[in-house]
Formats: sequence, structure tokens, C-alpha cells
Amino acid sequence: MSTQKLTYWQRNLRLIATCLIIWFVVSYGFGLLLVEQLNTIRLGGYKLGFWFAQQGSIYVFVALVFYYAHAMNKLDAEFHVDEE
Amino acid sequence: MDLKTLTYIVVFGTFGLYFAIAWWARAGSTSEFYAAGGGVGPVANGMAIGADWMSAASFISMAGLIAFLGYGGSVFLMGWTGGYVLLAMLLAPYLRKHGKFTVPEFIGDRYYSKGARIVAVLCLIIASLTYVIGQMKGVGVAFSRFLEVDYGLGLGIGMGVVWVYAVLGGMKGITYTQIAQYVVLIFAYTVPAVFISLQLTGNPIPQLGLGSTMADGSGMYFLDKLDLVVTDLGFKEYTTAVLGNNINMFAYTLSLMVGTAGLPHVIMRFFTVPSVKAARASAGYALVFIALLYTVAPAVGAMARLNLMNTIEPSPGQNLVYEERPQWFKDWEKTGLLKFEDKNGDGKIQYTSDEKSNEMVKVDRDIMVLANPAIANLPNWVIALVAAGGLAAALSTAAGLLLAISSSISHDMMKGILTPDLSEKSELLSSRIIMTISILVAGYLGLNPPGFAAGTVALAFGLAASSIFPALMMGIFSKKISGTAAIAGMCSGIGVTMLYVFQHKGIMFIPGTSFLGEMEANWFMGISPNAFGIVGAIVNFTVAFTVGKLTGDAPQEIQDMVENFRSPGPAGAAHAH
Repeated sequence: MSTQKLTYWQRNLRLIATCLIIWFVVSYGFGLLLVEQLNTIRLGGYKLGFWFAQQGSIYVFVALVFYYAHAMNKLDAEFHVDEE
Repeated sequence: MDLKTLTYIVVFGTFGLYFAIAWWARAGSTSEFYAAGGGVGPVANGMAIGADWMSAASFISMAGLIAFLGYGGSVFLMGWTGGYVLLAMLLAPYLRKHGKFTVPEFIGDRYYSKGARIVAVLCLIIASLTYVIGQMKGVGVAFSRFLEVDYGLGLGIGMGVVWVYAVLGGMKGITYTQIAQYVVLIFAYTVPAVFISLQLTGNPIPQLGLGSTMADGSGMYFLDKLDLVVTDLGFKEYTTAVLGNNINMFAYTLSLMVGTAGLPHVIMRFFTVPSVKAARASAGYALVFIALLYTVAPAVGAMARLNLMNTIEPSPGQNLVYEERPQWFKDWEKTGLLKFEDKNGDGKIQYTSDEKSNEMVKVDRDIMVLANPAIANLPNWVIALVAAGGLAAALSTAAGLLLAISSSISHDMMKGILTPDLSEKSELLSSRIIMTISILVAGYLGLNPPGFAAGTVALAFGLAASSIFPALMMGIFSKKISGTAAIAGMCSGIGVTMLYVFQHKGIMFIPGTSFLGEMEANWFMGISPNAFGIVGAIVNFTVAFTVGKLTGDAPQEIQDMVENFRSPGPAGAAHAH
């Protein structure tokens, strides 16, 4: 495999890993594992852990998917593997 | 105008709209029939995926589940949205680049094996067929409740509507109809939620209303009030009630996420977009459109719960007199989904967590969304809209599933394996015939639900999580994994998951054949059968890697193919510098 292609793939893998760490932290971390600790903090009428489990994690998921798409488009252009 | 007439007008108005779209978008080629000619833009595709994904279960059942599970219901909210993150990063762009029509076709190519393709077709058919039964039941229930026609007749009308636009238009017709269905269903879901949020908290945005103070002037936060009301009657505190135990919630969420990413009728939507770039973007738009409903659902659930409690016991100790019960209470009693038994003979309704004193002997969770507008005294047109929304959700998902089934039979089994020299015209005709047969089978099963219908969601997600998702992900992220390894992994993943589901829920869900019983005590680490897909997925990965190490790597041309679909650009193109 050419080094260019290898670098492209590794950069993609690193990006996926970063996104999935955030994905894990907001849902499994804040929403499930640390929920009791976070519930001592309030966000308006919401207990924070409960908010992450029923609202916050979903907003972060949306942001992550768009961020990934945006970052990959830039990466494609940088390595001249975009479709246009 | 009375409710029934209004409901007829709204429901048949939406059906007319779907037919008009179907006629305008009828398919002329196999490419249009399977993948809408690859020409659907990301926003439109995102909306279609949203309607495809959000089924009768999301529209009708989920908020009801949350209403009674409280915090424990979070597994569905996170599980059914978080899967799109996995789909967007781990599967969709690469499958689109490879550029075929169906999921089994990709598996057959990547693992250079007809055997693997057949295993994938079988998983797909079982997962999709079990799923479609639920949609058909949803159509029947919505018709019988709102239009007061016979369940069977309602089912028949639903089948007829799906037949017209699915058979005529294939993926192209389905995609454009789903866009209209998305608009109908999201409107039908949010309008009552906005009204109810406004009534209870004074905030028209349900996502914010749930975190606001009560509009009754008490200054108390809505969720604190709800916690207080439910704990007073002995129920678990709403905002902290756990589903099973923590390991179960963790496994349940993960199983739903991985299962979501592995469901073929969702994955195949990414073949309909024109480019890899569009595939990535449409995952994002799909999630936005799904999140619109999924972030409103917790408010719908919590507010319906409080409204129900307040109707039965307007203030502590002041219980509703049964003879003075509201009209919606009587309507749902007729369906048998709501049942009252005056245990202490005082003519008043007591609703508590204690089985001995509780007089609401049946409160079906599924009625919460459908009865919600009536409980909150909303105008009739809102109730009519909810009926049309529920039908749109069930019909759009049914159409997507039927397309997944018929394309895997006509494209993978017939064209791919049995009769490879099938001409395009005959393939198109045969997919239409198979689609018709699939609709009849699904309708029959909806009319005579087999004993296992209740356990089917577990099976569909379990199969997708333990077989299809790992096979696809390994095929993309490991160049070396071989066909033998993948087949061994898929079979053992399905095997473990099915064994666990069957041993606790009965072989083929036949009661009495479950050799370990439904008892929670026998659950592996307290994981419920519905949450077991993730364990099957781990078994799949482990077995595949072990077998791969023992039997050697995939051939070079397959490794080159993997390298090709890992980047959007032309295969092995020389770079400018």
C-alpha cells in the first residue's frame, strides 16, 4: 500500500476513534455510569445525568455525525481522493 | 365536525397524497427499483431514512414505555439514535463506495462466497419479516381504534396502500412517499406535544418544557412534581428508576445501537445517494430528523404519565369517581387496553404500585401516545392527526422492510445465485411479484400473529447485532479477514443469541419450551434476552478472528477491493503529487 493511502486511512481511523470516545462518554459515561454523581447537579428542572440520558447524548450524536462528515470531506480533499 | 368524519378526511387525504407521489415516481429500471437510481440528495434521503426507521414502535410504543419506565426508558432513546453514529462512521461511506444494491451482495463480494451471501439473506429475511409483523399489527390497531373498522379490514386497506406505491415505485416510489410520510408523522407527533407542554409548563418547546417549572403557579419543577406524585403512590422515582440493573442497561443500550447499525432495511438506504460524501451527510440529516422525534418523546412520556395520574387522583386522597370518568377512559376500556376493577367497592379509582390495592388492573403502555391528546382535552383535529401519523409511521417502515426482503430474494437469491442470466426486465418483474407475495405473507402474519410475535423485536435486533453488523464492520476494517472466518463468526453469533433468547423465552417463543424459564435469576449477569445481541456480536468477532488466524488470510484481490472502498476517490488513482 502506498504511504499516502496508509496515512489517509490512519487519519480516518484516528478521527473515528476520537468521535467514538466522545460518543461513549456522553451516553454510557454521563448517561449511565456516572449518572448518580451527575444527578446532584441541576440543569433547570433536569437532573444532569437524566438530561444526558434522555436529551444531551442525542444532541451530541447529531453534532458528531456532522463533524465527522465535515472533517472527512476536508481529509478527502487534502489527499485528492474526493469524488469531484 | 365529529371526530370520526375528521379522522377519515385526514387519513384518506394522506393516502391520496402517497398515491399521487407513487404515480409521479414510478420505477422504470432495476437500478431505480432497488436504489432509486442512486439519485436521492442527502436531505431528502435523510428524511426518508427517518420515516423508514421510525416505526409504529417509535411512534406509538416508545413514549408509553418511557412514561412507565422513567429513566430506565433512556436505553431506547440512546440505543435507537446512537446506532446512527456507528452507521455513519463504520459502515455507510464504504458500502456506498462499493456501490451495490443490497447488503447480502456486499457480504457475498467481500467474502467471495455464495455461502456467506445466503447466510446474510437468511438473517435479513428473518429480521425484516419479524419486524414487519409489528408494523402490520400497528396498522390494524390504528384503523380499528380511530376509524372503527374491523381489524382485518384495516389491515387489508393498509396492505393495499403499501402495495400500490411499493410495487409501482420500488425504492424510488418508497423514498419519495416516505418523505411525505415523515412530514405527516413528525407533525402529528410534535403538535400535541407542544399543546401539552404549553398547558403543563407554559413552555411551547417540549424539550425545554420537560425541564421547566409547572404552570400551576407552584413554582415547582415539572420533573420534581412528577417524582413526587409517583413516589407518593409507591412507584419508583421517575428520574432515577433503573431498568433491571446497571449492566443490563449498558448491554441493552449497546445491543440496540449495534442492532440499529446492522438492520439491512436502514443500511440499504445509503445505496440510494449519489456519492460517498452524500452518504456521510445523509446519515447526519437522518439523525437530525430522528432526533426531532426522539427528543420530544421523553416529554410526551413524562407529561402523559402526570396527566394520567392527575386525572385519576386530581389531588392527594381525592380519587376520581368511576361513574364520572372521562370519555377517553370509556373508549379505551372498550378496546380492553385499559381495565378498572373496584377492589374496595368505594366506586372510586385507586391507582397504586401495590398489587392488592391497585384498581387500574390494566394500563397498556401503547395507549399513552394515542390517548394523550384526548387526556389533555385537545381539539378533535389533533386526534385525527395522531391517527394519520401513526399510520404513516407504520406504513413507511413496512414498505422499507418489504423492499429489503424482496430485493434480497430477487437480486441475491435469483439473479445472484439461482438464475444469473436473468434479464433486467425479468428481474424487475420478478421483484414486483416477490414484493406482492411478501405483502400477502406479512398481512397474513399480521392477521394471525404467530406465538413468537411478541418476542420479535428482540430477535430482529439480536440478529442484526450479532450477525450482520460484525460481518460488515470486519469486512471493512480488516483487509485480511477471510470468507471462512466471517461465516463461522456469523453462525456462532446468531447461534449464541438465538440460544439465549430461546432458552428464556421458549423455542420459537412457544410457551413452556423455555428450559431456563423467564426468571431473572437465570439471566447471564442480569442481562435480559432483549439486551443480549451485544454478547452475540462479541462472540462473532472472537470466533471470526480465531478462525481467521487458523485458516489464513483473504486473497490479494479481495484485499485490493477493500483498499479501494476505503477511500471515495477512483480506485488506486495516481495522485497529482
